[in-house]
Amino acid sequence: MTDTVSSAEAPAMLGARGYPATIEWIARRAEAFVIPLAALVVGMVLFSLFIALVGKSPVQLYETMWRGGFGSWFSIQNSLSRAAPLLLAALCVALPARLGLVVIGGEGAIVLGGVGAAAIGVALSGAPSFIVILAMGVAGMAAGGIWIGAVGALRHYRAVNETISSLLMAYIAIALMNQLVEGPLRDPASLNKPSTQPLADIYRIGNIPGMEVHWGLAVGVVACVLCWVLIEKTRWGFAARIAGGNVRAAQVQGLAVGPLIVGFTALAGGLAGLAGMLEVAAVQGSANGSLAAGYGYTGILVAFLARHNPLAIIPVAILLGGIDASGGLIQRRMDLPDATVLVLQGMLFIVILFSETLYGRFKAFNPDLWQRAS
Amino acid sequence: MDATEIGLWGVPLAILGGAIRVSTPFIFVSLGEAITERSGRINLGLEGTLVFGAMTAYAVAVMTNSPWLGLLAASAAGLCFGLFHGWICKFPKVNDIAIGIALMLFGSGLAFFFGKPFIKPKAPNLPAIPFGAWSDIPQVQAALDVNVLFLIGAALSLVLWWAFRNTRAGLIVRVVGDSSDAARAMGLNPNTVRLVATGVGGALAGIGGAYLSLYYPGSWTERISSGQGLMAVALVIFARWNPLGCFAAALLFGGAGALGPALQSVGVTQGYYLFYAAPYILTLIIMVATSSPTRSLAGAPGELSITK
Repeated sequence: MTDTVSSAEAPAMLGARGYPATIEWIARRAEAFVIPLAALVVGMVLFSLFIALVGKSPVQLYETMWRGGFGSWFSIQNSLSRAAPLLLAALCVALPARLGLVVIGGEGAIVLGGVGAAAIGVALSGAPSFIVILAMGVAGMAAGGIWIGAVGALRHYRAVNETISSLLMAYIAIALMNQLVEGPLRDPASLNKPSTQPLADIYRIGNIPGMEVHWGLAVGVVACVLCWVLIEKTRWGFAARIAGGNVRAAQVQGLAVGPLIVGFTALAGGLAGLAGMLEVAAVQGSANGSLAAGYGYTGILVAFLARHNPLAIIPVAILLGGIDASGGLIQRRMDLPDATVLVLQGMLFIVILFSETLYGRFKAFNPDLWQRAS
Repeated sequence: MDATEIGLWGVPLAILGGAIRVSTPFIFVSLGEAITERSGRINLGLEGTLVFGAMTAYAVAVMTNSPWLGLLAASAAGLCFGLFHGWICKFPKVNDIAIGIALMLFGSGLAFFFGKPFIKPKAPNLPAIPFGAWSDIPQVQAALDVNVLFLIGAALSLVLWWAFRNTRAGLIVRVVGDSSDAARAMGLNPNTVRLVATGVGGALAGIGGAYLSLYYPGSWTERISSGQGLMAVALVIFARWNPLGCFAAALLFGGAGALGPALQSVGVTQGYYLFYAAPYILTLIIMVATSSPTRSLAGAPGELSITK
């Protein structure tokens, strides 16, 4: 189908078909909004069918989901708090995706970023708080960056498939965290739940004034905007998009593909590591098993739903943060398992991926194919 | 007789027994993935299929009191997952790796959703054959208690190895995997062949899941799989898409997985979590050692996206 579209493409200027140029401009860009939104709606309809099949009311479910995710100021703040790590975890997928890499091991970078940050925070206790918080951020980003940067380096220099290696690295990271938290870094006072020593209160990251949402949300949003600028407005981003399209072509153009891949994957891992640091400094207060809460995996879904566009990640992360936040309420009110949310996420994921096949198929989005009815 | 009397001999013995016990799901998943990849597609969703198969097998075994019906149900469920993957990937621009990731999440989510009521009840196990009955040392008996599925898996890898070389079906799968164009020129429909190959692969992964919940560890929990489905995909690359290689690699991985518990049984508790990570580290090392940026892998199907 795509062939017919490209071969029929006329070398036309905007407005060449005699329609106002603005309408053609909108039509060309509408595809990127209409198809994902339609896929989201189809996914939710399929999920209602599923819920109806197991004998529950889909209307009640979506109502509960709305109430648990966005219905009150309290639930909105809860959703935003969950969105904060998702923003960074999604960037960990979206940045390598621009290079054509599918990295799905962000969970490992989150976990190690959290452990690294907690270790530095405890080691530096006594120092001024802004220095310690800065050092924790750097440590978290370094730990995550090395972890995912290694995946990128293995990909480029050894041709090791990045999808599998990143997920294996995530399992190894979780084992490493357990080993560290149970062994050398363990706080003897943590009996039931092995943790590192708790951070002093002055080293914790507080809430954004006027809300019960920690500063991680702001960090995540800023990171998304900066990544958008990096990809769309800088020469590195341009080079990455070329390399993502065709590695050979990029090499022929003299682009340093290796450093580009390692740099992008390291930055991606660094951002996920920052998410781990924020979880430790703003939510948990120490590194422990709760770091592996699945944000890395939900982040994959966020990135794919946003089609790897950093700006689109912001609303999608808030949406999925809300769905995540409503899980508890759905469980209590409707007597459904907590995995209900996972089923919805899986369905949305499949429908979104399926919708990729629709791009370029609709005449409405391609003014070059329009004909004036006369 | 107890552990102290056979002393350190308990470690290799426990690793051997562990290799036989732990490797069985690897054998089935990797054979399934080998069939799928030989046809030119990669299904990363087998991890989700494995978990869903484990849940289905356990639930059906609890309800019917027959582990064999559970096994059948698990393979049917796996077949459905595989066919779905095979069907959806035939559409242009739908990425098989990404769909696999989605099915990984979806399969696990669905398994947790329906599996909630089955965490408590006890299901009947699949039978094992006591090859160690001649010995009166309990460790030897434990190590040589071999489940029937292990033997079926061993036989299957031999049959598949033979079938890929000597049967018409094996040739068709290989042609489609090496070149869609050549297959079309022969009048074959690559999408249909891949649909069947992915379906069969899913069914085998479902059987691997049934082994997890019905024999070892032998119960249904949400943590039943720790990435076996995914490691099996890496293992197929290591085994160069050869069913006999898959069997050998599965044994190796099973042994690596049994290292931690085996050392723990003789009192080595230091670094328990790191030994637990041994299979993942081994997989990674093998992938690094066997990949190369300058040459394509020997035996790799030409249409496979993962080796490009």
